[in-house]
Amino acid sequence: MPLFQRKNQTTLVVVRGAPSVEERQNVSVGEIADSPSIPSGMWEKCANCGSIVYNEDLLRTNKVCPGCGYHFRLSALKRLELTADEGTLNIFNAELRGGDPLGFPGYAEKVEKMRAATGLDEAIVTAEAQIGGYDCVLAAMDSNFMMASMGYAVGEKFVQAAEKALSKRVPLVVFTASGGARMQEGMVSLMQMAKASGAVSELNAAGVPYIVVLTDPTTGGVTASFAMLGDITLAEPGALVGFAGRRVIEQTTKTSLPPGFQSAEFLLEKGFIDAIVPRNELREALIRLLAFHKGVRP
Amino acid sequence: MSAWDRVLAARDPKRPTAKYYIDQAFDGFFELHGDRLFADDPAIVGGLAWLNGVAVTVIGQEKGVTPREKTLRRFGSPNPEGYRKALRLMEQAEKFNRPVINLVDTQGAYCGVGAEERGQGRAIADNLMRMMALRVPTITVILGEGGSGGALALAVSDRVAILENAVYSILSPEGFASILWKDASRAQEAAETMKLTAGELKALGVVDAVIMEPGGDAKNNPQAAAEAVKAYIAKELETLGKLSVEELVQARRAKFRAMGR
Repeated sequence: MPLFQRKNQTTLVVVRGAPSVEERQNVSVGEIADSPSIPSGMWEKCANCGSIVYNEDLLRTNKVCPGCGYHFRLSALKRLELTADEGTLNIFNAELRGGDPLGFPGYAEKVEKMRAATGLDEAIVTAEAQIGGYDCVLAAMDSNFMMASMGYAVGEKFVQAAEKALSKRVPLVVFTASGGARMQEGMVSLMQMAKASGAVSELNAAGVPYIVVLTDPTTGGVTASFAMLGDITLAEPGALVGFAGRRVIEQTTKTSLPPGFQSAEFLLEKGFIDAIVPRNELREALIRLLAFHKGVRP
Repeated sequence: MSAWDRVLAARDPKRPTAKYYIDQAFDGFFELHGDRLFADDPAIVGGLAWLNGVAVTVIGQEKGVTPREKTLRRFGSPNPEGYRKALRLMEQAEKFNRPVINLVDTQGAYCGVGAEERGQGRAIADNLMRMMALRVPTITVILGEGGSGGALALAVSDRVAILENAVYSILSPEGFASILWKDASRAQEAAETMKLTAGELKALGVVDAVIMEPGGDAKNNPQAAAEAVKAYIAKELETLGKLSVEELVQARRAKFRAMGR
């Protein structure tokens, strides 16, 4: 298969009962939250330039605003579909779930509701795949699922993905997005940070490449663990990436924050990421990077 | 005592802080400053010391005692340079084959503009990753507040012990209530739900041991509390000292790998 060339159809090995990618586009956050919202499905409003963008156009641009280039958030399945070679995606651990260690009121119901709304069992999807013909393990987090917060299942699926990359000696490529640790699972969530960072240390020891793509938003306990530990760290333009939330910092320091604070561009300037790559150039960038790790010039 | 009572005990300004334990449980403390990259963070105190005649590296989050000192130390909430100083000292300990003793007492990593600019997330992540693979025995004692990732960054250890009235949590009860119930005033209720007390954490397998506080509260008899901490560390160092480096690191990895399962 020639590099740098995509076919239009991608075969997804999808979790049982999951809606198709097209159906998923119609699930707006407003619907998930059960709040009154303008009937969606036809269009979305760009959070950056405010223009009304037809979903038909967003599908064509992979959810990049045709007017201003703003990157809308993308579902995990769509992300995997955009990144992997056609027909190579093999999702594993789709049904791995966490528990309810605090017996937190309403948590189990909330998770069930999220499952129904997203068609996913948890906030990260992990898969074996090829990107430009290179074998790798690929993972994407989904902010539609409880803001992709990390509890047991997210931590465990990340670690099992890293372990698979380790045993097969293939690169691990992870698209992060997260509101941080999942509060409802208490300390079990915090411990996932240690577990996930430990898994990265094993990749380091074995010389297995780990590439991170930071997407909007990546914060809290995910930033303070596996999101910031890549050998190579890319980010989508405008992605919010930080440790503490804006409001918390403003309350702590009694100052208001400058515009652009904690953006991908801010992180690049401060020296914490390698490059900002627009969504529709990411696959090509990953293929170029994977070639360097293979060590054979394509 | 309710969970909330423990939160209050852990935060009590009269509760002994890390520096007290360093002076009482250890001897000959020689403080080492700075991260060699940006600054010296007063929220973290670290250096070399003797524990029962064994040379160790000891690192603690220090809240401060006087009002002026508390402000200087940001109440024990470290900036990235604090975590990087701690990592520098841990890697130095590894180089010279010295055990590492970490003392945790923080509401959490500092939330500031500079902290973000200098990569608070990266600093914590680095510590988690490096501590998991450190080739010397590591022991963490949670003395007071163990606040979230800011505490965990010193707590990926072979042994994690917690004082009887200390707490260790995903977030402060106020923050937890604010996020989940949009009401920080329900902090007390949150504390009862969060499983943040020593006994609950032991049952969850998040900590390995609970160190009882003589007299029911460390503030009543700080000297005895320091003795109890010293006894625990000495005993565990002896146990850990019998393992090969490979066994040590494998057991540490396996312990954290199984958390929450």
